[in-house]
Amino acid sequence: MIGALLSSPALASIGGAIEFIFAPQDSSVTGGRQVGGFDQVVELTLSQLELTLLALGLSLLVALPLGLYLGHRGTGELFAVVLGNVGRAIPELALIAFMAAAIGVGVLNLTIALAVLGVPPILANTFVGIHQVDRATVDAARGMGMTEFEILRKVEIPLAVPTLFAGVRGATIAIVATATIAPLAGVESLGDFILGENVYGSNGVLAGAIVVALLALTLEFAFAGLQRLLTSPGLKLRSA
Amino acid sequence: MTDPSLVAAVGEVGEGFFKERSSDTLPCQATDALFCWDWARENIDRYGTPTVQHLELVVISVVLGFAVAFALALLAHRRRWLQPPLLAATGVLYTIPSIAFFFLLLPVTGRGRDTAIIALSAYTLQIIYRNTVIGLANVPSSVKEAARGMGLTERQILWKVEVPLARPEIFAGLQIATVSTVAIATLAVFAGGGGLGAPIKAAINFKTNIIIAGSIAILMAVAFGLALVTAQRLLTPWKRAETT
Repeated sequence: MIGALLSSPALASIGGAIEFIFAPQDSSVTGGRQVGGFDQVVELTLSQLELTLLALGLSLLVALPLGLYLGHRGTGELFAVVLGNVGRAIPELALIAFMAAAIGVGVLNLTIALAVLGVPPILANTFVGIHQVDRATVDAARGMGMTEFEILRKVEIPLAVPTLFAGVRGATIAIVATATIAPLAGVESLGDFILGENVYGSNGVLAGAIVVALLALTLEFAFAGLQRLLTSPGLKLRSA
Repeated sequence: MTDPSLVAAVGEVGEGFFKERSSDTLPCQATDALFCWDWARENIDRYGTPTVQHLELVVISVVLGFAVAFALALLAHRRRWLQPPLLAATGVLYTIPSIAFFFLLLPVTGRGRDTAIIALSAYTLQIIYRNTVIGLANVPSSVKEAARGMGLTERQILWKVEVPLARPEIFAGLQIATVSTVAIATLAVFAGGGGLGAPIKAAINFKTNIIIAGSIAILMAVAFGLALVTAQRLLTPWKRAETT
């Protein structure tokens, strides 16, 4: 494995991919127009990032209030958990292809399709996170005269932050991964490089894969950092 | 809505999936119907090979992923200092989108099923690893003390006490990993790995085709999920006793 990795063809293709990221190259099919280069890589990265954040925002808008409400009330456990499980079974390629073929291509439709992937993990984790907060703690808060909304905001949500973020991070990973096949629904993303070997060449394909991987890891680290910032010091103490 | 690209999509693209009987598929595809029953009845047999390929991709990837993740978890259970680096490493593999992973592997392993299997099994590692570590850690120390008192060796305690008691968490991890893999394996076609993604990619504008292939994938995921839940119930009889 290591030997294969270090063999010259593999190293050469990595070199070619890195070159593709930073300097435009000639393409055989675009009639002399150059492809790749830093500007195009940045443009497609931003397009994929925008798509990911839009879809994530839409899933949060749908799943977060519903999960908070159901978790606080303690009802709909079956619904939240089953939806969370069913969500994992959705085949990404079929979902995107179906949305594009049945409803149409374009940013809005794709955003909705991607949000479909984000809702189940966020809803299930929000429900579980809120619901698993110790009932004695909630009763104590109620005894201190907190309103239901205050209990949710000051007691349940802070205690549910780790579980809640697990859902958001899972949704982000699924959405950014699937946004890679956005070109199949007529929307630009880094998938243009990956799926367009005849235009961008094998250097472009590998460059696209590298940048997609880096984008996903960056988002994951950003959300992990945000989670650490938002987790109450008391909870960190307990897990240490 | 007669999309001319449909005609191009049939018979040309997609590793020969729509090559043979392409002419009789066209009248149905040209209509805007959501689902063509007639076409489905006549052509359902085309999905046999992709379904079998898909099943193979999933089973091999999950078995491979389970073997590696379980071994890593046992190692980390003994040597605690390994836990943070292993969690981080499997986390990175989980975060990298599988489609990017396919193409990252391409210069090393080439196009084909092996590449798809490596990427798919890498994706399962974190879930199975983490759940196994949690399951082993959740075994009450009093139970281990009792086993030790009865004269069991550390190895016997691991295999006869800790691993069996960790079954609920291990199976939960296995279930999540398997169901996710069934869904993600639709992308294996981009790595040249076949599976149910092949018919979808071959005629990506043909709704009947997408619905059939997508439904088979969803049914396969649900079947795996239910099978693993049943297996877990059978292997953890004490859990049933607790809930009743």
